Amino acid sequence: MDTMRERFASVTSGLLEEDPRLAVVLADIGTAGFAEAAQRHPDRVVNVGIREQLLIGVGGGLALTGLRPILHTFASFLVERPFEQVKLDFGHQGVGGVLVSAGASYDWPSGGFTHMAPGDIALLDTLDGWTVHVPGHPDEAGTLLRHAAAAGDDKVYVRLSVQANAAPRTVDGAGFLTLREGRAGVVIAVGPMLDNVLAATEGLDVTVLYATTVRPFDAAALRAAAGAAEAADVVIVEPYLAGTSTRSAGEALEDRPHRLLGLGVGRQELRRYGQIDEHLAAHGLDPQGLRERIAGFVRGRS
Amino acid sequence: MTNLTTTAARDRTTVPGDGVPAGRGPGADGAPFTELPRLMGLMTGDEKHGPAATSTLDALWVLYDRVLRVSPATAGDPGRDRFLLSKGHGPMAYYAVLAAKGFFPAAWLPGFGGYDSPLGHHPDRLLVPGVEIGSGSLGHGLPLAVGTALGLRAQGRTEPAVWVLIGDAELDEGSNHEALAYAGAAGLERLHTLVIDNSSATHGWRGGIASRFEAAGWSVTTVDGRDHQALHDAFTAPHPGRPHAVIARVEPKGA
Repeated sequence: MDTMRERFASVTSGLLEEDPRLAVVLADIGTAGFAEAAQRHPDRVVNVGIREQLLIGVGGGLALTGLRPILHTFASFLVERPFEQVKLDFGHQGVGGVLVSAGASYDWPSGGFTHMAPGDIALLDTLDGWTVHVPGHPDEAGTLLRHAAAAGDDKVYVRLSVQANAAPRTVDGAGFLTLREGRAGVVIAVGPMLDNVLAATEGLDVTVLYATTVRPFDAAALRAAAGAAEAADVVIVEPYLAGTSTRSAGEALEDRPHRLLGLGVGRQELRRYGQIDEHLAAHGLDPQGLRERIAGFVRGRS
Repeated sequence: MTNLTTTAARDRTTVPGDGVPAGRGPGADGAPFTELPRLMGLMTGDEKHGPAATSTLDALWVLYDRVLRVSPATAGDPGRDRFLLSKGHGPMAYYAVLAAKGFFPAAWLPGFGGYDSPLGHHPDRLLVPGVEIGSGSLGHGLPLAVGTALGLRAQGRTEPAVWVLIGDAELDEGSNHEALAYAGAAGLERLHTLVIDNSSATHGWRGGIASRFEAAGWSVTTVDGRDHQALHDAFTAPHPGRPHAVIARVEPKGA
């Protein structure tokens, strides 16, 4: 199985053949995957060098001429470093594009915090109108990238990761999937968190929703699931900053009593290298850690 | 609006290409250069940016009057020339020129900065006809212009020129240096940068601003930013295979 990033290169190279409106902009990261596409389409596969502010500005400029830019680098350099460019060169100009990140929250733990971006989606949440896809499998990444490329002039963020579930689900680029039904509460598993959530909730009487498109937030699916449960007790498990989506869930349930628990990556810098599994455990996102928090929260309902 | 003077009409340049004429052409209801002070006088409330506004006046006029192939009628034409005002603060001269050229009514000018006015102290492309980018935060225009030049090229549009105006102090922004270096290396021939130099950069540039562009492989001309003929000559200088920068020197800010 290839990685999500490899799938990004192959799927997007294919899309470049089909859609003359698409253009890829890189900043010296991920260029190998686009070497052939760059030869075939030198004007639509551009590498600006290690210049992330320019990466975003060029994307905005391409969009101003009517093209649909696809921009890629690590999440830290794509969203965090040039954040004002993301805010102004797309949203304020009234144009769209596709940001595709790699690296996620700790895809390269031995690389340390400089290459970790657990806050990327919380940061994008300060802006209006961004669609956010968080695939949990390379197959899902391919599907969601196609949705993103075809989404007119929308602003779309696709968050790729080496963390992945064992099997793909059929995702549609819009709503949540219901994978289990129960009465004691609702657990939303985002992208690569699904396998651990399913293991953690084994035997618990909870509904499990699977979210790979988190913005816009599928409020209808959550309302339906929470309405079927005895109480609106909702846990959201995200592979990025804990609590990122609790605002969206709260808005979805604002007309009924509810309790929310946001699980994800802790805000405090861990200052550890090592492996992904060690970081998952440290943030309580391994099956054991998740089970303790989820079971305690659901049981704690009075 | 008053009629064009014969001088202004004679100065217009028609560029062969994809049918977008320079300026508005004789007989259009544009205003002459001498009308600009009155138009600028209609705008009040942003006096702190007065020097920034007047520093760009002559260069903007020469561009819109004699160089850019864009008019109100062609403002949405994909083959038009693009002018991106990156230095979005002090936009009074810009608004005055756009009003003089008929992109929007001069009656909008007195509302400058008001809640009901489309004309802010920084321009918004979604509110003002003819405005290509929303700007004000420094360091965005040149990267956007690079992308615009790349986007036009990718669509086979080799005719339109892309112009971006930045200030000498704005050149301090690192994003501009990313764009400057890339554009030179990539040889973006249809990209043009107009730097209005009113000596407002805090630390200045050792060796002068032109040296930065030259080192990056640009064609560069430094001119008197009040001399219309010199500006025109600099704007229209050939620069095969290279992007072109015009450094327009005006009186120092605060002088």
